[in-house]
Amino acid sequence: MPKIKYIEHNGKEHIVDVPLGWSVMEGAVKNMIPGIDADCGGACACATCHVYVDPAWAAKLPPKEDMEETMLDFAQDLEANSRLSCQIKVTKELDGFTVRLPKSQH
Amino acid sequence: MEKFVIVGAGQAAAQAIASLRAEGYSGAITLVGDELYPPYQRPPLSKAYLLGKLERDRLFLKPDQFYTEAGVELRLGVQATAIDRPARRLQLSDSSSLRYDKLLLATGTRVRRIRVPGAELAGVHYLRSIADVDLLRPALVPGKKLAVIGGGYIGLEVAAVAVKLGLEVTVFEALERLMARAVSPALSEFYLAEHRAAGVKFHLNTGVEGFTGDGELRAVRAGGAEHAADLALVGIGVLPNAEIAAAAGLSCDDGIVVNRYCASVDDPEIFAAGDCTRHHGRDGSLLRLECVQNAIDQAKHAALAMLGRPTPYSEVPWFWSDQYDLKLQIAGLARPGDDLVLRGNPAARKFAVFHLRKGLVAAVEAVNAAPEYIVGRKLITDATPVSVERLADTAISMKQIA
Repeated sequence: MPKIKYIEHNGKEHIVDVPLGWSVMEGAVKNMIPGIDADCGGACACATCHVYVDPAWAAKLPPKEDMEETMLDFAQDLEANSRLSCQIKVTKELDGFTVRLPKSQH
Repeated sequence: MEKFVIVGAGQAAAQAIASLRAEGYSGAITLVGDELYPPYQRPPLSKAYLLGKLERDRLFLKPDQFYTEAGVELRLGVQATAIDRPARRLQLSDSSSLRYDKLLLATGTRVRRIRVPGAELAGVHYLRSIADVDLLRPALVPGKKLAVIGGGYIGLEVAAVAVKLGLEVTVFEALERLMARAVSPALSEFYLAEHRAAGVKFHLNTGVEGFTGDGELRAVRAGGAEHAADLALVGIGVLPNAEIAAAAGLSCDDGIVVNRYCASVDDPEIFAAGDCTRHHGRDGSLLRLECVQNAIDQAKHAALAMLGRPTPYSEVPWFWSDQYDLKLQIAGLARPGDDLVLRGNPAARKFAVFHLRKGLVAAVEAVNAAPEYIVGRKLITDATPVSVERLADTAISMKQIA
């Protein structure tokens, strides 16, 4: 299983195994990593699973779809490398993928 | 040690446990649920889970480890049968009972069953739980005829999945338009056209009179005619699980009546959250909501109230529905008499309907239109006055309106 690294806003790191095909959001929720709320459960409906993608990895991700793009547009503390983690599917190529979590999801 | 008991193992319960621990509660927590599963997401049941695109493991809101680490005693597969308020004890269906210091009722709803002849025939399905879907899914065989009773969210989401799987789908709706309780006429019309284009057939203004068959469903009787059906899905709404509250003398009125803090209006040790509550809306009216947002937010307020730090619940409700490649997002609550403003073009499959009341946005319904939804939600929350002309003008971006 690919390993995904989540870095909390306070710097605390979590490295966990996430099954292929799951979303990066699910990997966080199922491993109880604080800082991702995911109220809608991954329907791209709530924008409470906002993460910052490590720049080294950004190019390896498929581009954002329109819905994610517009949901993110209104997220707090938006940065160029912001993504909604429910829309990032874990693949073999993402072994070692790293995201930082924002201060708050609301 | 102080002891909190939560009845109902759904979205509100999972949130309440997380909030209680996050807010520093260190006493005991027992969770009682009548299903065999710990809290799971219901929205995907009529969407990705039914389609077979999401495995069961992925439905659970928290991993098992969450309950272990939070020190939660899980009592699953048992029903709460009575509340003995003077003794502060909860009776369970396995004849045991639990003492509580504070009790959270997060009992949710159950499906409304159809009461017509033949309703007990094999092949007549409902959809509320994992078990329901596990029964329904193997029956969704390409080429079979599915009758959907009720053109609401559940019925239409199942219709979308089933037609995609290659079934012949017919929807019977007693009212003159689809999702009449939840959306405005423009959306009803739009979704009707989308479903028709996908191959779903409709009988509107058509109540179901009965089911016929010999042990197994063979036809639906509706509008005075027989319509052949191999299986039926009934989605005609839900009823709040408020019976044990009512039997214990707590005020109930299509739901357990709570105050602004999600506490019972009758008993300072009892609280309620989620679909089962009748509560005050932002405008002070009493209402009952069926949605994830209400379950999550009420659970957060109920947890604080249980800890003696009540805060008023006043969040703007939001909802969503996935049908085909259409994402419907709704914020706020519409009312008859609202001024409706259309933004965008339904033919482009990307539009929104804003509901204005006294110059303020009261609700927004957005189809494939996330900016309208998000900004609309903010306009509702902040009660920002907006002009109808600007809202209707797609040349002005939602960012400029925000």
